[in-house]
Amino acid sequence: MTVTVWVSRDAGALALGADKTAQKLLAAASAAGTAIKLRRNGSRGLYWLEPLVEVECAAGRIAYGPVSDRDVPGLLEKGLLIGTAHPLRLGPIEEHPWFTSQQRLTFARVGRIDPLDLDDYLTQGGFTGLRRALDIGPAATVKEVVESGLRGRGGAAFPTGIKWQTVLKQPAGQRYIACNADEGDSGTFSDRMLMEGDPFSVIEGMIIAGAAVGATRGYIYLRVEYPHALRVMTAAIAAARKAGYLGADVCGSGLAFDIDLRLGAGAYICGEETSMLESLEGRRGEIRVRPPLPAEKGLFGAPTVVNNVVTLATVPVVLAGGAAAYREFGQAKSRGTIPLQLAGNVLRGGLIERAFGITVRELLYDYGGGSASGRPIRAVQIGGPLGAYLPESQFDTPLEYEALAAIGAMLGHGGVVAFDDTVDMLAMAKYAMEFCAIESCGKCTPCRIGSVRGAEALSNIARGIEPESNLALVEELCDTMLQASLCGLGGMAPYPVLSAMKHFKEDFGKRTNGS
Amino acid sequence: MKPGAIPTPMGQAQKEELLAIVARHRDQPGPLIEILHDVQRSLGCVPAEAVPLIAGALNLSRAEVHGVISFYHYFRSAPHGRRVLRLCRAEACQSMNGEALAKHAMQRLGVGFGETTADGAITLEAVYCLGLCACSPAAMIDEEVVGRMTPVRLDEMIARTNGKVTT
Repeated sequence: MTVTVWVSRDAGALALGADKTAQKLLAAASAAGTAIKLRRNGSRGLYWLEPLVEVECAAGRIAYGPVSDRDVPGLLEKGLLIGTAHPLRLGPIEEHPWFTSQQRLTFARVGRIDPLDLDDYLTQGGFTGLRRALDIGPAATVKEVVESGLRGRGGAAFPTGIKWQTVLKQPAGQRYIACNADEGDSGTFSDRMLMEGDPFSVIEGMIIAGAAVGATRGYIYLRVEYPHALRVMTAAIAAARKAGYLGADVCGSGLAFDIDLRLGAGAYICGEETSMLESLEGRRGEIRVRPPLPAEKGLFGAPTVVNNVVTLATVPVVLAGGAAAYREFGQAKSRGTIPLQLAGNVLRGGLIERAFGITVRELLYDYGGGSASGRPIRAVQIGGPLGAYLPESQFDTPLEYEALAAIGAMLGHGGVVAFDDTVDMLAMAKYAMEFCAIESCGKCTPCRIGSVRGAEALSNIARGIEPESNLALVEELCDTMLQASLCGLGGMAPYPVLSAMKHFKEDFGKRTNGS
Repeated sequence: MKPGAIPTPMGQAQKEELLAIVARHRDQPGPLIEILHDVQRSLGCVPAEAVPLIAGALNLSRAEVHGVISFYHYFRSAPHGRRVLRLCRAEACQSMNGEALAKHAMQRLGVGFGETTADGAITLEAVYCLGLCACSPAAMIDEEVVGRMTPVRLDEMIARTNGKVTT
């Protein structure tokens, strides 16, 4: 009898040796004369357990992890293929405490299916949302998205339905759907996991968006740093086209929709929506002044829906289950679920999808198990390189948009990076300015010059050169950048800097070692 | 230690290849970046000589084409080494001793970021996030991803790539 064994093809799993484990499984099973069918899935998001091996046996899909290639022969000998007890045996992964406490809506299929098997996708609820959208028509589809309370998961948290409404109201003509897959924020990987683990959900979301606002063409702007996601997305688009979900007649509806994937070229700023549109048009990724909004005048001058990968992949969930069911999750103005990405110096990092409202502390300790180094967690940065640093005294803040905004922080794309007590917050503040200087598009002066001068001033403080006047200068520069930058890069780079200065004053005092 | 190999002049075959790439994309809207990706994939870089050819074929100015190439960190005007080692230097990797790893890599290879070893074996590049932040520090060697990178594993990787690297 052939036993089906699952090993992830997610880049995070590969980075921890999943390919070697998979190859060893095939070789060792073959040497033992046992037939196994190796299937590759996305990651379940429990990265400290990768490479995770799941075996389909009488008791269900039994997981073992982390399984290195060296563990394979011993495991096979002990009865891996019949789900025998072993120190690495975890049982069914969906019954693991780290998993059962989650509410997986957008990520429901990730890790469960072969990302490129259309039948897997269909049997697990795929394209139900699209069928309903085609059934109820554009206006009702947009209404569902509005009523769901879904807000952009890329970071700006703008209500998705309102954006769609604006595009729908534009004069007749060419319209576009642009999927922002330029996931550049450090500490984030939910877009990557979705694209590698359930690419059809992104495609389905784009088709629904196209049908809802009358767009016949979609573009995915994918960062070049994600070669694995590129391979999976490209194959998924081809498969969807072959099966009639993309093309001149989507599912026999008479509507046309197709997707083109374009690669970025290593510019962080291209995650900003107008800069991304410039880049999609083949130009320097310099941001555009708004108004006009992309919804009015976006890609190639046409009305364009610009949404992030997670947002688009959530749309089929909203349509399939209805707006009311989605709204049930979350609190206040943060409705639904958020895939949080726990990263950096934590013992158990990974992806946690839950209704909005879990606190930073719960995330760090209940899920993360504290720091990886065993030292106290001193600071967390939330929302990527432009997000504020939170000290321990703020760890009881719930992870939702308004609660974070109230303490001068932001949720952004949902990345949470932990630092232990060896972190030098002056160095982190300096890095924030340096990063802004490297990635500034150069269009506006506050960002282009402010970031360079800010890095210089912070460097001077580190060297003990006129610390007081340099600190005052940094504050003044931050104020100018906050008020006068054209986009979020210069406009938010001050968040990590000012929060570090405010909450970790002791790191900005007089220094003697010159470091 | 040098910033990269000196580009050899483009031969006739390469020029023809380049024009074929341009022809393949020119009817799409906004094709320049797609063209640059294909050129770099095919020739290993976007040589300065390619700029007027691309500009002419797309009816753009040379300044416009150069402006796009120089805006994006990924495009390069000289070929990289036989392998490219990209080390993530963003926050999550910094929180797991990424900067010590970066220093070690520079010392071990005898080059700075953006530079290629003297024997042309390895180009060291900085990258700002590979999306592998739950297994920091992360690296990518060509397209092979590595999580929880350590100086020891880095040395092993370098040794596998080329035994003759500066020590």
